[in-house]
Amino acid sequence: MAGSYDRALTVFSPDGHLFQVEYALEAVRKGTCAVGVRGNDCVVLGVEKKSVLKLQDPRTVRKIVMLDDHVCMAFAGLNADARVLVNKARIECQSHRLTVEDPVTIEYITRYIAGVQQKYTQSGGVRPFGISTLIIGFDANDKTPRLYQTDPSGIYSAWKANAIGRSSKTVREFLEKNYKEGLTKDETIKLTVKSLLEVVQTGAKNIEIALMTADSVIKNLEVEELQLVNDGA
Amino acid sequence: DVINLFQPSDQEMEFLIGITGKDFVLTAADTSAARSITVMKSTEDKSRDLNKHNIMLYSGESGDTVTFAEYIQRNVRLYGIRNGIELTPKAAATFTRKELATSLRSRHPYTVFLLIAGYDITTSKPHLYWIDYLGSSAEVPFAAHGYGSYYCMSILDRYHHPDITLDEAKVLVKKCIDELKTRFVINLLDFKIKVTDQDGIREITI
Repeated sequence: MAGSYDRALTVFSPDGHLFQVEYALEAVRKGTCAVGVRGNDCVVLGVEKKSVLKLQDPRTVRKIVMLDDHVCMAFAGLNADARVLVNKARIECQSHRLTVEDPVTIEYITRYIAGVQQKYTQSGGVRPFGISTLIIGFDANDKTPRLYQTDPSGIYSAWKANAIGRSSKTVREFLEKNYKEGLTKDETIKLTVKSLLEVVQTGAKNIEIALMTADSVIKNLEVEELQLVNDGA
Repeated sequence: DVINLFQPSDQEMEFLIGITGKDFVLTAADTSAARSITVMKSTEDKSRDLNKHNIMLYSGESGDTVTFAEYIQRNVRLYGIRNGIELTPKAAATFTRKELATSLRSRHPYTVFLLIAGYDITTSKPHLYWIDYLGSSAEVPFAAHGYGSYYCMSILDRYHHPDITLDEAKVLVKKCIDELKTRFVINLLDFKIKVTDQDGIREITI
């Protein structure tokens, strides 16, 4: 008697596609650009800041969020879907600490987020999350910087540098051309800014950068610092 | 089932004390983990840092204490991460009290006695809360849990004043500990003493 609500809204097409997931990826492609770059001892996230309307308070529009002291995340796509996923991830970070007395590893929390995204491609009455995420951080007592990406299908993988959202293809090509191993802190920030400037209207005002180092200090670069990098570039 | 309003004696042998001063809270707890006549460990830390400026000291039913304290600790941290600002001492105490009140009305209540000490960074004031397993909560200038409280409260009444400095508070807590060593039948050998102030939580010696 339950009828059509039993069926997963994500069903296979005759040629093996999951159209709902592919449409979700389209939604991601419409979202503002986000870039992640891994350096030698740091990892940087950069996001394109959508121009804030005159009467809007810019402080309440945050696209780079902390999941725990040592994990940071940026996303591209439907902001509201991101809010739900971020909340789930934050609870999982604390729950993990409670049960095993250890902070999450970056791979673990990425796997968790990707798992949630996958569940929503195989459940009844729900649609996939319309966001891809870039997750950065350092595992406890480890100096290796980590960068992971998830997408609406629930796939996740580690990257040296990646971009998601609007014009991500252009940015990724730029990164492929200009990335090299063992980037210093300044070089990593510069690369992130330059790659974003490929697609964002020029101006430090439209970019937000977060830098994370092994001691898990997350620094949101101020507009002035970004200007300096901008001019130096 | 009848609520057990009489505190079992095992739990009363533990001692917690908190003293607020001008711009800090001094807390101390004994470091022995004992059951009946055996001392299993004498270096136990009976506290959990809830966040940078808030600490919770616990005593009571073993197992219940750590489970409950860590549960509160994780939820307080979650609030901090979610909202980008740490929970104030008053909010942390209110949350904790409500959890205990709910637990009391469940099948197996947590039997815990708590002191929540914190420094409110928004108002620059120290706070201390006395909370017990029945969900009673009181904000107080100084407090203690356990049989030891019967010996120390009068000393605190006599010598405490609102503008007490850290050095004076150290002397005061030493007075209380010395009183216990003289008059309390249980030999509480060692104490972990901590200070919570603007700079966070740190352990000190007196």
